[in-house]
Amino acid sequence: MTAIPVRPGTRGPRRFREMSGRVGWGVVAWIVAIAFFLPVLWMVITAFKPESAAETWPPQFVFRPTLAEFRLVFTGMGPFLTHSVIATVGSTILVLLLGVPAAYALSVYPIRRWRDGLFFFISTKMLPIVAAIGPLYVIAEHTHLLDSIWLLIILYTAMNLPLAIWMIRSFMLEVPSELLEAARLDGAGRIREITGVIMPIISPGLVSTALICVIFAWNELFLALNLTVTNAATMPMYLISSVPQEGLYIAHLSAAATVASVPVIAVGWIAQRSLVRGLSMGAIK
Amino acid sequence: MAQVNYVSASRVYTKDAPPAVDALDLDIKDGEFMVLVGPSGSGKTTALRMLAGLEPLDGGRVEIGDRDVTFVPPKDRDIAMVFQNYALYPQKTVAENMGFALKMQGAGKDERARRVREAARLLDLDESLLSRKPKQLSGGQRQRVAMGRAIVREPKVFLMDEPLSNLDAKLRVQTRSQIAELQHRLGVTTVYVTHDQVEAMTMGHRVAVLSGGKLQQCASPRELYENPVNEFVAGFIGSPAMNLQTVPLTDGGAKLAGTVLPLPGPMAGAAKAAGLSEIVLGIRPEHLHLANGSGELPGDVILVEELGADALLHVRLPGGGDPVVARAEGRRPPAMGQHVTFHVQPEDMFAFHPVTGARLAG
Repeated sequence: MTAIPVRPGTRGPRRFREMSGRVGWGVVAWIVAIAFFLPVLWMVITAFKPESAAETWPPQFVFRPTLAEFRLVFTGMGPFLTHSVIATVGSTILVLLLGVPAAYALSVYPIRRWRDGLFFFISTKMLPIVAAIGPLYVIAEHTHLLDSIWLLIILYTAMNLPLAIWMIRSFMLEVPSELLEAARLDGAGRIREITGVIMPIISPGLVSTALICVIFAWNELFLALNLTVTNAATMPMYLISSVPQEGLYIAHLSAAATVASVPVIAVGWIAQRSLVRGLSMGAIK
Repeated sequence: MAQVNYVSASRVYTKDAPPAVDALDLDIKDGEFMVLVGPSGSGKTTALRMLAGLEPLDGGRVEIGDRDVTFVPPKDRDIAMVFQNYALYPQKTVAENMGFALKMQGAGKDERARRVREAARLLDLDESLLSRKPKQLSGGQRQRVAMGRAIVREPKVFLMDEPLSNLDAKLRVQTRSQIAELQHRLGVTTVYVTHDQVEAMTMGHRVAVLSGGKLQQCASPRELYENPVNEFVAGFIGSPAMNLQTVPLTDGGAKLAGTVLPLPGPMAGAAKAAGLSEIVLGIRPEHLHLANGSGELPGDVILVEELGADALLHVRLPGGGDPVVARAEGRRPPAMGQHVTFHVQPEDMFAFHPVTGARLAG
């Protein structure tokens, strides 16, 4: 034990400063959190209003909640939801299937010029997508993939792959090299090393990578809007289509947006448990 | 069962830098417990990893049981390794960890379970632990699981890379004797890396001392202690370390702190033949005998370290220079500040070349 000399008179103010600092940051954190959450809350509340109560000024806080708008949303949503699920799940699976081996080749046993490879992947994200839409359209037309769900799967995979590779690579770098050497001594081949040793350890990282891919793919609008019409139109397009040419639509749009947000929030909620688990507890020491 | 041979095996990490392992020649007999010891950067771990196949060779070759394995992948070398941090698979149970290599070899489920249980019994691992995950085990248990994973394979050679360094002092001493005893029982050739010379001396049948990537000496613990070939080995083996001081030569012997200590004939002859005017004189702490005022070597005690059975005296000799350490009986050691004299037997002295560090025969 080390005795810390306490000068009378200094302890109180310092304690107060520490306390007030902690409280101050807490207040700031709550203000920011609420500022982010309020629009979402407003959207959900509005979704339960009748259209006539949605767009009044001052806003109505007391109203008779109704599910009418939701009923309307659900009737037209079916195909859009299906397309979104297929494009999102399909592209996320493809991203993981391609991203894990790619990240392995860039981290665990790095290929020659792995730095260039890594930079190439991220450089594809530097071009604004608007600049690529023209060529993409032409290619899609020539390959007869316009308005096809396959096109969205391919594009969303390409869109998310660079980030996924960077993320998975950083998780793989955390895997202790002794574990991989032990696996090599035990006779595990490359495939077994990835599936049996690396992937179980980085599984929380893979879940968070998948979550981000799901969010990006689910919310993607620009490509879907320009390259699909009906056969592959996704949820974000449904949101746009629920804005009518005339009349009131805020409550309807809010209901549609609420429904569109639910899957992402649900996936995030489920993934949360896996995210907080430690990366490699018990492997070392 | 196999012997292991390093034949001028070298490993160079970066050009222009000295090799991490420089033309290592080492023959390890079948069933022998060989300890590689040296300070950090001496190349001992690299040498072990070369044998494991985790580090490629830049020259020479490595043989296991008369088979050249230089270019054989690790899994086909029939070896098992215990890592410093154990490297247990965190998502697998203890039984799965221990049986993983067997599974990779295609052994059946029953056979795996049987051999895992056998290894667990050998290591006094409670069977209820077999279904636990590594993070639910204590440090000592993890260490034993890591040992078990090696034993289960029934390999030709065990490789151990400082397997005790993560244990606390008491457990380390316990486990040390357990490993030595187990190795004796199994009779499997073992190469063991440590930086701890006490571990090396207590466990090894023979000990190879490495420094700067070069093998300094490979001999039995007693031989290393009694006949170190050079200044490095003399200073590294033995605890506390040998007192080494550069002293001028005179007609009668070597002059340490104003006192002329007579050198044995062959030692003086070797020094003369080498044309030296000074030598590095080495005396082990246990060979400085307190002599109640009648000794030839005087000094003042500046520090007393009580170890119980012994006490270590740090003594400043007249004329300055580094203090020497002497081992005294623990019961009534001299007090700090006391003036003491020591007696040294001439045959207990070592002499080394001041430039090359080589032993001057004595």
